Amino acid sequence: MLRIGSGAGFAGDRLEPAVLLAERGGLDYLVLECLAERTIALAQRRKLKDPAMGYDSLLEKRLEPLLPILKKNGIRLVTNMGAANPVAAAEKIVEIAKRQGIAIKVAAVTGDDVLGQLSPGQRTLEAGEPLSSYGPLISANAYIGADALLPALETGADIVVAGRVADPSLFLAPMMHHFGWSWEETDKLAQGTVIGHLLECAGQITGGYFADPGKKDVAGLAELGFPFADVEPDGSAVISKVEGTGGVIHLGTVKEQLLYEVTDPYAYLTPDSTVDFSSVSLRQLGPDRVQVSGGKGSGQPETLKVSVGYHAGYIGEGEISYAGSNAPARARLAGEIIRERLTARSFSDIRIDLIGCNSVHRTSFGHGEEPYEVRLRVAAKASSQAVAEQVGEEVEALYTNGPAGGGGARKYVHEVVGIVSVLIPRDKVQTQVTIREC
Amino acid sequence: MKRKLYELAHSRAGDKGNTLIVSVIPYDERDYGMLCEKVTADAVREHLREIVSGEVIRYELPNISALQFVCSQALLGGVTTSLGMDTHGKSLSYALLEMEM
Repeated sequence: MLRIGSGAGFAGDRLEPAVLLAERGGLDYLVLECLAERTIALAQRRKLKDPAMGYDSLLEKRLEPLLPILKKNGIRLVTNMGAANPVAAAEKIVEIAKRQGIAIKVAAVTGDDVLGQLSPGQRTLEAGEPLSSYGPLISANAYIGADALLPALETGADIVVAGRVADPSLFLAPMMHHFGWSWEETDKLAQGTVIGHLLECAGQITGGYFADPGKKDVAGLAELGFPFADVEPDGSAVISKVEGTGGVIHLGTVKEQLLYEVTDPYAYLTPDSTVDFSSVSLRQLGPDRVQVSGGKGSGQPETLKVSVGYHAGYIGEGEISYAGSNAPARARLAGEIIRERLTARSFSDIRIDLIGCNSVHRTSFGHGEEPYEVRLRVAAKASSQAVAEQVGEEVEALYTNGPAGGGGARKYVHEVVGIVSVLIPRDKVQTQVTIREC
Repeated sequence: MKRKLYELAHSRAGDKGNTLIVSVIPYDERDYGMLCEKVTADAVREHLREIVSGEVIRYELPNISALQFVCSQALLGGVTTSLGMDTHGKSLSYALLEMEM
């Protein structure tokens, strides 16, 4: 049996549950999944400014408390916190270990950066348009799989740090390494991918993002525990968590997570496997223990998905609140005024929402009653920061140039990094392992 | 008597680009067959017509008694470039659960 824990489900995840899992979880491996779609494009820009940067900006904060525990308990760590610069991440980890007086071997996995290998004529999966029709490219990273992590694990490294790895592969690689599964054992790889997919969002399978008071109650959410899987040599596994931690694991939480972000449950595609989720069986074995088995799949796909980041201009936003009698009508009037003013300044892409009425779903399904207060939100796209700033400025100007009783104006501008995808033949992506140790 | 899907099932939404992915999971597995009959792809497309402008595909997962709906052109361009409030569309699970049946 192999026990793998999940200590982070996204870049900004909480630190405490991972520390608790490493301390008391009896883990063989801890996985930290910290890369979202555009995170690596933002990291690429930090690397351009400073070649020693470009790894996850919380790396130090996460590993400071974790390193001594991982060392003491003999837990190996696998993470994609290398982001745009895995080698610099490995060097930073060694630096932290030195400071703590810990001997450590770190393997950095590189080769997912394929920006130099794309051609401007290549068409995107989303719209079928050539890459050249988007803004200037910032980054292009291929989703690499377990085959890129295995050589790093074989070096005996305590920590494997990579960049754009498919999330479930971070979990599948330790299983393949430990059990010696071959690439021909496609159902075991599929089952391992299912386990990885279930664990990759950490708290989302232990009751995080699940609670709905009175309908789906979850106890102890403030001290939500993160999950681990006990994986058997045949790939079946039991998902559980450290006793006494908050949250819950049952068929409901596992089903929601199994289907989460899966565009085709009959053919879930990773670099390692194409998995049929309809063959998966779930069984509640006891409190906070769910068995997962039956995942089936076919072999590695011929192509890898590449996530391409590009400059997509700026978004300017402004907000202001109206409350009391006739508040929605005053907010609507404010919105009409802003639309007229921004249109006159040649803004073309404008969005106006009434927060509290229709801002989140763009409709309210006939929920008719008037709210006591409402917040007007205006957002618009612009090609420069200076132009984008005008959106918030116009909303702020409603104070003396709009309807009665507006209050609490705020304004924001942010740069937009767009993401599109292309495919690349997998033999064009060559990964390497670089060792740093102390 | 009309009931909201919310009373019978729970749901989680996720995104890939401009595509909304949303599950429907009955609290009582015995309701799965009835949900298959009533919560069709056409019914979901009609219910979400102000949100989803592309096609709606339904996947049946009898092994775990759950349905999955994959809705294209649903997120105002998708997480990175959308002007919407909930750019991921994560809250849209509750839009689907508003469906009456």
